Amino acid sequence: MLQLDCPWCGSRSEEEFSCGGEGHIVRPTKSEDMDDAAWGDYVFMRSNQKGVFFERWRHALGCGRWFNVARSTISHDILAVYRVGDAKPELPE
Amino acid sequence: MSPQTHRLDTGGRIERSETLSFRFDGQTMQGHPGDTLASALLANGVRLVGRSFKYHRPRGLMAAGGGEPNGLVRLRTGGRAEPNVRATDVLLYDGLVAESQNRWPSLNFDLGALNDRLSPLFPAGFYYKTFMWPASMWPTYEAVIRRMAGLGRAAAEADPDRYEKQYAHCDVLVVGGGPAGLAAALWAGRTGARVLLVDEGAEFGGALLGNGQTIDGAPGMDWVAAIVKNLNKAENIRLLPRTTVTSYHDHNALTMLERVADHLAAPEPDQPRQRLWQVRAKQVILATGALERPLVLANNDRPGVMLAGSVQTYINRYGVRPGQRAVVFTNNDSAYRAALDLSKAGIKIAALVDLRQTAPLGWLPDLDDAGIEVMVDRAVTAVEGRQSVTSVRIGKLNDAGTEVIGGLGRHVDCDLLCFSGGWTPSLHLLSQSGTRLLWDEGLGCFLPGPATQAVRVVGTAGGDCSLQDCLTLGAEAGNQAANDAGHRRRGRGPRKPVAGEEPTLSPPRPLWSIPGKGKAFVDFQSDVTAADLRLAAREGYRSIEHVKRYTTTGMGTDQGRTSNINALGIVAEALDVAIPEVGHTTFRPPFSPVTFGALAGRRIGTLLDPVRRTPMHSWHQANGAAFELVGQWHRPYYYPRPGEDMDRAVDREVLAARSSLAIMDATTLGKIDIRGADAAEFLNRVYVNGWKGLKVGGCRYGLMLGEDGMVFDDGVTARLDEDHFHMTTTTGGAAHVLDWLESWSQTEWPELQLYCTSATEQWAVAAVCGPNARRLMADLCPDWDLSPEAFPHMSWQDGEVAGLSARVFRIGFTGELSFEINVPAGHGPALWHALMTAGEKYAITPFGTEAMHVLRAEVGFIMVGQETDGTVTPHDLGLGRMVSSKKDFLGKRSLSRSDTMRQDRPQLVGLLPEDPQLRVPEGAQLIAGADPAPPQRGQGHVTSSYRSPNLGRTFALGLLQGGHERHGETIHIAFDGSAVPAAVTAPRFLDPGEAAK
Amino acid sequence: MANYSIFALARNALQRHQRWPQAWRSPQPRPSYDAVIVGGGGHGLATAYYLAKVHGMRDIAVLEKGWIGGGNTGRNTTIVRSNYLYPESAAIYDHALKLWEGLSQELNFNVMFSPRGVINLAHDPGEERELRRRIYANQLAGVDAEWVGPSQLAELCPILNLDQNIRYPVVGGTLQRRAGVARHDAVAWGYARGADSLGVDIIQNCEVTGFDIQDGRIEGVKTSLGDIRTAKVGVVAAGHSSVLAAMAGIRLPLDSHPLQALVSEPVKPVMPTVIMSNKVHAYMSQSDKGELVIGAGIDPYNSYAQRGSMPVIEETIRAVVELFPITSRLKMMRQWAGIVDICPDASPIISATPVDGLYFNCGWGTGGFKATPGSGHLFAHTLAKGEAHPINAPFALERFYSGALVAEHGAAAVAH
Repeated sequence: MLQLDCPWCGSRSEEEFSCGGEGHIVRPTKSEDMDDAAWGDYVFMRSNQKGVFFERWRHALGCGRWFNVARSTISHDILAVYRVGDAKPELPE
Repeated sequence: MSPQTHRLDTGGRIERSETLSFRFDGQTMQGHPGDTLASALLANGVRLVGRSFKYHRPRGLMAAGGGEPNGLVRLRTGGRAEPNVRATDVLLYDGLVAESQNRWPSLNFDLGALNDRLSPLFPAGFYYKTFMWPASMWPTYEAVIRRMAGLGRAAAEADPDRYEKQYAHCDVLVVGGGPAGLAAALWAGRTGARVLLVDEGAEFGGALLGNGQTIDGAPGMDWVAAIVKNLNKAENIRLLPRTTVTSYHDHNALTMLERVADHLAAPEPDQPRQRLWQVRAKQVILATGALERPLVLANNDRPGVMLAGSVQTYINRYGVRPGQRAVVFTNNDSAYRAALDLSKAGIKIAALVDLRQTAPLGWLPDLDDAGIEVMVDRAVTAVEGRQSVTSVRIGKLNDAGTEVIGGLGRHVDCDLLCFSGGWTPSLHLLSQSGTRLLWDEGLGCFLPGPATQAVRVVGTAGGDCSLQDCLTLGAEAGNQAANDAGHRRRGRGPRKPVAGEEPTLSPPRPLWSIPGKGKAFVDFQSDVTAADLRLAAREGYRSIEHVKRYTTTGMGTDQGRTSNINALGIVAEALDVAIPEVGHTTFRPPFSPVTFGALAGRRIGTLLDPVRRTPMHSWHQANGAAFELVGQWHRPYYYPRPGEDMDRAVDREVLAARSSLAIMDATTLGKIDIRGADAAEFLNRVYVNGWKGLKVGGCRYGLMLGEDGMVFDDGVTARLDEDHFHMTTTTGGAAHVLDWLESWSQTEWPELQLYCTSATEQWAVAAVCGPNARRLMADLCPDWDLSPEAFPHMSWQDGEVAGLSARVFRIGFTGELSFEINVPAGHGPALWHALMTAGEKYAITPFGTEAMHVLRAEVGFIMVGQETDGTVTPHDLGLGRMVSSKKDFLGKRSLSRSDTMRQDRPQLVGLLPEDPQLRVPEGAQLIAGADPAPPQRGQGHVTSSYRSPNLGRTFALGLLQGGHERHGETIHIAFDGSAVPAAVTAPRFLDPGEAAK
Repeated sequence: MANYSIFALARNALQRHQRWPQAWRSPQPRPSYDAVIVGGGGHGLATAYYLAKVHGMRDIAVLEKGWIGGGNTGRNTTIVRSNYLYPESAAIYDHALKLWEGLSQELNFNVMFSPRGVINLAHDPGEERELRRRIYANQLAGVDAEWVGPSQLAELCPILNLDQNIRYPVVGGTLQRRAGVARHDAVAWGYARGADSLGVDIIQNCEVTGFDIQDGRIEGVKTSLGDIRTAKVGVVAAGHSSVLAAMAGIRLPLDSHPLQALVSEPVKPVMPTVIMSNKVHAYMSQSDKGELVIGAGIDPYNSYAQRGSMPVIEETIRAVVELFPITSRLKMMRQWAGIVDICPDASPIISATPVDGLYFNCGWGTGGFKATPGSGHLFAHTLAKGEAHPINAPFALERFYSGALVAEHGAAAVAH
């Protein structure tokens, strides 16, 4: 069971959070200019990274805020927690 | 009633002054407080306790603790009956009832034992090779196999006991209350750290409970008693006996099962039976000890063949002498101490047989004094006797240990064979934590690799062999763990205990199987023999996981605690590779089986899921409403009057709405308050239609799409102010919509100034509709101008309704003149009563969800989740005109993909069955021809189907391929092998008309 | 291949079982093959078997990074059924079900397919509507499906809680009688033995580390045991599909999640059929060994770790105790997780890729086991012919661009 460090509320158990999957997917602003392939790529295709994965969580049963997490999908170690809008953190290898 | 023939006169930790009575297989016996069921059975001379899984061989107790594979019983009766309980884990209580398992008709005479005679036909995996012809017979074969398999019988009734859950945090969790764990807890506790010390047993002490070692010149248990007293006094330390840590999860979360009342006949009224703990520990110390392994030799499963250390425990802890004349057979030193204890208890040691070339010299003087003959470089080559050991043969093996040389050897009478195949550190939890285990050739076992979580392993679990090491290293680990958790000791630590002198250890001789004739069991509970493992290897099942699955070794209720290493050794030999190359099977949680009831806890029955009720719920109940479950809500479905069935009640409610006045509790609709300078822009992005032009005071219907372009929610949103909106959603979709809005506003468009708040439960809502709705409102709101000009359709106003502060929306879902009256939730019942009273003169009629569905379908309003299923676009619903071309919104681009542009997509139509009385079932399929014979592709399906008293007939809505262009066609509706014709129409059967405006 | 039968058992018993041949060889990889299957689970081994058996290809290697059947093949709850909503899905799963019905005989290996019926419960009118829609759709597609009310349910499964006063009372359910369970490991072993006897090399402990792609064509695979040249590669590596796709520069619409399952201790038969409930989220059957086999949910986060979190197990057990009250004093003996590829429409992908000669079979989500024979059969066709079989044509990657999804969330049984 994961323990996540909400940037606003502190360390809490996984059960308080909802996971929003892959982060840093930017919604295209000019979607009308995109072809079906590019649009489909945005809507459906995912990196599904094995190893360090940048993802979104929401403190659903707490402050309600979304935030970003860098987590290993192999060990489940939390490598970084950062706010929405922050750049992906530099992580040691 | 039989006397306790095998009870020693003195010694042990039992209370002889008190006698407990219990029954096993109908026979009444006696034991004492402090006994386990296992020790009491042995005290009464019971040898045979069960039948084995596959061959139904007679089995007796082999171990004294968690390693026991054979002694599984069905404990208690009725709703409290529990199958597959280890007799060694059951603390004896007065009136205990247990029965043996997997035998018929009786334990002594079991017809299933025929399997043992036929066993040459049943090698490992035999079932994969037969029962295939004829194919039609497999269900018959299978039924027989299923009856033969299984262990105990489940209870036939529901469980009367309750279970609790507890969540805890601590600085240091110490698992195991033996010498190492106690030392660790003591030292960790001295720093002020919050310490939790748990042990499976009822008493702390671990190995000291059974092996008679000394500390500080006194019996080890004296030291234990002092430490436990000390720990109990400390406020920062909590001791949890009878508690098993069952699994080790990510981020140092551990699950434990506390057996609160299992040592009683039934829990006290205020007690749960068991309590499931979830612990988050900053640091974990595993002091989980080690389990003694059996030796693999022919007929090593005969009752009377027992683990040496366990026999020692039965003597020292329970005052029970399991036999009179024993042969001790070992490959390591630990059995020497056991032999001495046996001898002291009056058991004649016929021989101590050691597989090694030389005996450990340190022990020899004591053995000499006790008159025990030590036979080195010898092996037990045969075990004789069927329902009990009667004698063994002791012979010589070749150097490799693969063959008996010079005959089976000396015949020695005995009723007890005590064996020891070495010790396996209990590292299940460590392995679950993600830490790798490394093979240690010298000790012949796996030891901890580098930890991947905040965990330490101490004591015999970590490979510490001497009691002194356990004490010293345990204390160190406790101190360090507390330091790492941020606690430091001030002043001196506790006094360091000194263990009694022990002879120097000699290395064990790992000999994974002893040659001989007969079944040599590796996994006793699953009836897997050394020959089975070799067969698997021969047949190409080379991975240890394949061997496990093919032979079922290690898959019993003990998960191979005592058998895994032996199996590994035998497989490695068969494959001619080193043990680390074979690797070990995964230790799947839990370490010990966990009761389903404990995992479920209190949240079953009425607490399974919260029930949501509206403030007017009790009125609905008092007025005979039938309820429909919608998500967690209980909504009035219809209000039958005496003598009415559902259809007649719904007809009456529908007619009332169209002819006079009807009222519905609409509280459950989702309500979201959206406020902020950019609220209108935000709605523009999440709805398909435009919102900037909506005036304050106005309402608008909106459709929400996922990015895949499919409709997922709809509802009316009102503009309360320039920067303030009141959004309504479907009842079932409210939570998801709020999540959706939050997700976009917080993560994609944080620059937009707005916030969303759920207001569903803040408002009670009564919807009144029908031709008399305005008159009713006029009666209750004398100051309002309710004219269509002053209060038009799709607008809202604040004011007083029946003296209650209210917000009234001129919106509805029935196509009739409607007012949706919102008041603060607490005023809901008052509003409802006022409306019902004032409405009497119009014969106001409450209606439920079913009438609401009929009314909305008559006028062609869709229900999200009924007309839509996640594959439907606005255009498919005939709502394409709502979709703005001027702006971007979520899902827009998906609407112009090749598949979503197709003209022959399923599209919403009306359906009028030719037989006007036939209400076709919802979900029925639309087909072109009249023949429903499979296989064929349908053209769509019925989404809604009702009887309309207004139309005087049945009607339906459906999604039909290319349906927009097919009005006037006849299609067929197929269900249950029939197909009925129906006319395709526009999806609207009544015109709301001017009255609604 | 030595025939397996009761007579063979008797004969071998006389020889004390010393003469059984290997079920499959353990060869070293050769430098090149006509086709390479990446992934030695049930689907991959079935693909190799049908490539050899139906399409006459013999020069095939199956590369497995661990031990065959060690992924989701050996970690699922063994349910086999074909009552999916859309005709495209019903066709693919029923194709598999028909193969299941003769699989033990086809492979001469008892996979213990046991058509004991699968029941999907409805707990409210909305669920009943959805399930009835599926029944009518199945009837039209030629897939057996019927509605069973509470009294029939009581006969089909006496331990089911049919009390109408519980939180979510059972209003009825669907029954597919031809559906059931099978012995999961046996499927992998049976296909492995069959494929091996047709000349297929099954190479375990051989991890694919990259692809050799020249001018948009596959030329070979790089492995932990060296490079292998081949012009045809079929990847069937559930859980790790995205990882392998990334090696070829391809993105897939997949997320990998742990799916948890558990078994009770073995008890004498109490559960004669298979019961699934989406509402309270549980499904349960009883193995021939006597264990109650219970499927839990998926964990909400992406993971490749084959372990999940405790709340998922607790949720499921609550539902099980609620639906089957006599289980309260039974005990969970083992729990585990597999890594499943979750696809946005809860339907699989059996598809060519932008790389010529490279094919993917993935995205089976929580329900791939039931499809094993059909998936292998169709994927073999796709690999051999270079184009999809009509049954798997709707399951190409292209659908995520055109929008022609096959939305099976309701029928896929695990809410996600």
